[in-house]
Amino acid sequence: MSAKLHVLDPTTSPSFPVAAKTMLGNTQLRKNVRHATEVIQNKRARVVSELPDWQQLREAGRQIRTHTMANLDFYLEEFERNCTKAGGVVHWARDAAEAKQIVTALVKASGSDEVIKVKSMTTEEIHLNHALEAAGIRAYETDLAELILQLGHDMPSHIVVPALHKNRQQIREIFQREMNLPELGERPQDLADAARRFLREKFLRVKTAVSGANFLIAETGGVCIIESEGNGRMCVTLPETLITIAGIDKVLPRFQDLEVMLQLIPRSATGERMNPYNSIWTGVHEGDGPRTFHVVLMDNARTEVLADEEGRQTLNCVRCGACQNACPVYRQTGGLAYGSVYAGPIGAILTPQLQQMHHAQSLPYASSLCGACYEVCPVKINIPEVLIHLRHKVVEQKDTLDAEALAMKAMGLIFRSERRFRAAQRLGRIAEAPLVRKDGQGSGWIDRLPGILGGWTQVRDLQQMPKETFREWWEKRGSRGK
Amino acid sequence: MVKVLERLGHTVEFPAGQTCCGQMHWNTGYQAEPLPLVGQFVSQFKGAEAVVVPSSSCVAMMRDHYPKMAAEIGDAKLIKDVEELLPRVFEFSEFLTKRLGLEDVGAYYPHRVTYHASCHGLRNLGLGDGPQRLLKAVRGIDLVEIQGLEQCCGFGGTFAIKNADVSSAMLAEKTTAVLNTGAEACTACDNSCLMHIQGALHRQRTGVRTVHLAEILASEEAVA
Amino acid sequence: MSGGRNEVRVANEPTMNSSDARALVLRRIQAAKGAAPEATVIEREWCAIERNYQRTATRGREAVLELLEDRLRDYDAHVMRVRPNEVAATVAMMLRERGKQRVVIPAGLTADWLPEGFEFVVDHGASAVELDGFDGVVTGATVAIAETGSIVLQDVPGQGRRAVTLVPDYHLCLVRVEDVVETVPEAMDRLRATATLPTTFFSGPSATADIEMTRIKGVHGPRFLDVILVG
Repeated sequence: MSAKLHVLDPTTSPSFPVAAKTMLGNTQLRKNVRHATEVIQNKRARVVSELPDWQQLREAGRQIRTHTMANLDFYLEEFERNCTKAGGVVHWARDAAEAKQIVTALVKASGSDEVIKVKSMTTEEIHLNHALEAAGIRAYETDLAELILQLGHDMPSHIVVPALHKNRQQIREIFQREMNLPELGERPQDLADAARRFLREKFLRVKTAVSGANFLIAETGGVCIIESEGNGRMCVTLPETLITIAGIDKVLPRFQDLEVMLQLIPRSATGERMNPYNSIWTGVHEGDGPRTFHVVLMDNARTEVLADEEGRQTLNCVRCGACQNACPVYRQTGGLAYGSVYAGPIGAILTPQLQQMHHAQSLPYASSLCGACYEVCPVKINIPEVLIHLRHKVVEQKDTLDAEALAMKAMGLIFRSERRFRAAQRLGRIAEAPLVRKDGQGSGWIDRLPGILGGWTQVRDLQQMPKETFREWWEKRGSRGK
Repeated sequence: MVKVLERLGHTVEFPAGQTCCGQMHWNTGYQAEPLPLVGQFVSQFKGAEAVVVPSSSCVAMMRDHYPKMAAEIGDAKLIKDVEELLPRVFEFSEFLTKRLGLEDVGAYYPHRVTYHASCHGLRNLGLGDGPQRLLKAVRGIDLVEIQGLEQCCGFGGTFAIKNADVSSAMLAEKTTAVLNTGAEACTACDNSCLMHIQGALHRQRTGVRTVHLAEILASEEAVA
Repeated sequence: MSGGRNEVRVANEPTMNSSDARALVLRRIQAAKGAAPEATVIEREWCAIERNYQRTATRGREAVLELLEDRLRDYDAHVMRVRPNEVAATVAMMLRERGKQRVVIPAGLTADWLPEGFEFVVDHGASAVELDGFDGVVTGATVAIAETGSIVLQDVPGQGRRAVTLVPDYHLCLVRVEDVVETVPEAMDRLRATATLPTTFFSGPSATADIEMTRIKGVHGPRFLDVILVG
């Protein structure tokens, strides 16, 4: 454990433009990201086209999640009541610190100094493993990707395929080293077999498990986990004690609502008609599964997001990752550039809001607003709208003497007056004159712009302003025109 | 654009007081500056039978945001005016295909061309294959489909400056895709995309140019 | 409103702390969006959610069964459809093909379905390690979904507790044709009455795509799945 651990902490991560620049230099990563996102996108497109009612499902998904958030207090209390009735113990945590404290105490109370963990973005968000280790508890990740990241001392770069930035050679090296398997083969099947053996021993032995949840069903008090590998089933079935931690945004009103989510999510997340395993359990069931079951409901600034009428739809997210696969920016940089466990389009809106806009202020700008994310979001979160809204919030926090703000003010004044607009056009022509050079065809181009505009001319030329603006052309022909 | 519209027999006016739709400000987070532009737009174009715009991102800006901006200003008359005017505002290609129901506008452009689907036109305005149908009807044209047709070129307004590196990477993919078509020219409905793509095509001395859809549609056979 | 957010309270009694947290979180929610209306209003709102997606079958019964078989085969499961009096023989054939001899079964599994010549051990709370020692498991099923190729099991007689279909490496599942539906909503309708029972959906053997997006079968959970459709 002596290797350096990347920590994706939005309060300390470099800004997106800086981090992105580094990631753009990593050819292997870019190749992996491009390949992975293309594969899932194609699979998704295929299985979505099979459903003639896909748009109706999306709309139902949107309405279900919106309705949930509008009545969040009611549904959380209903879930608590029903889960408790079924033998579960429900805890509430204001923030990450409290959540970590509660989980640590519960693990200790279970009499175990090790836990097996199912992949959970929520536990990554709060850096739970770190807190557990500090309390002398060994946490074993059991998702193949999370295992790869844990053994490789790395962080997730995608919601659904967290280790997609690693290829098989990199994974093989990690397993060879950490599992002590010098003869390990390099086919993906060999690697999966190694992981299976390594983890099976733990599944059959470790007494306490920690999981996240995809949904908390208010009507029944049940919990639903959507997974592919079976490690989730192992963790929620075999141990004596199960501790599930979930953001308060995970609650779902009724059992029937799963009929929508279980169609939207597998198709969006992995491009399958259904993922291999879904587990639903309610409290404690005699003779089947853990004897002790705890749920920790965590806020950690979700109520802040809820309080923002325009940002609130961010909470509707069902963590499918489809937006990441569709995003042309993510495609170039991968997830680590976003400096948060929530990356890509959803990360660009969720992370700054969870930080109450104190950090990650560059993330809302990490987008060309192309809208591909909105197109694929199974619950129709209008991510571009929220991005613009958050940009506004960032601007509001700025100092009025900020250079960009001043420039924008000046441009605003120009646009408000036709006279000033014309003047600006004339001025533009004058100002650019010294920068213009004629090319081989005799047309004028600028290949170097000063200051921040230099970003443009890094790889692009800028054509000289036309000799005659449209305005001028129009006025000239005025009397001659039809 | 004027040429095409007049060729089709329409009378075109250009209200001189028009300036800008405010997209750059609004999308960058500056919501105060563009507010007066709503009223300005309305006053300039109020009486028009149709307002035609050679830019899908500008139309998207107005359709997506002007109603709520008017509501923010709180002027009941302005809100009503915006509501009445917007249905008469069209992006150029959608004016031809949806409002006029045309595909052949009498154009002649004997060149190999590839089309890039600008994001706002594609997703916000739902232009569909309208632009491609217009292009296919152009006499003499050799239209080649580009790989990654719907992938963003990387301009994104101030994104190209604030995230210049990523923007360049996205542009590189788009440029490669353009070059792989063997086309002489790349066309689109938005000058912002075209300026962006052209910037790289020119820097790399590819000899490939960009041309706005309207320019292609305006192009006619030379009189013998 | 960042007061208290980063404070670390010393946890003397998790429950006492938790009720403070509970009250605060609920208060925050209500401050954020207003207090929730009456339960009857919420119920009305929930009922008003537009569900214009498909909720019933559009295919005929035979087509539904064929679809299920196709989907299961896509997952590399062996599937056979047989009449009730042929089940035991088919079970025998499949177990022989897979080389399975000592098999665990849940209590309440239809006796007629089990052939002679194999060791069927009824599960009475065997440990995980003991379960690991069996060659495989045979169970019935609650409902199967043709569109997605999914089979759902619950903790009832004939299907057993979850560990029993989790630990052994081979699962032979018997599905009656009357328990096959076309769509996910139909399945959820069937499950609703027993929604609080431990429930597992299987759609093919376990898989991951975490290594270069190659779908690899069998990380955990049974790597081999066979299905007999009865009826």
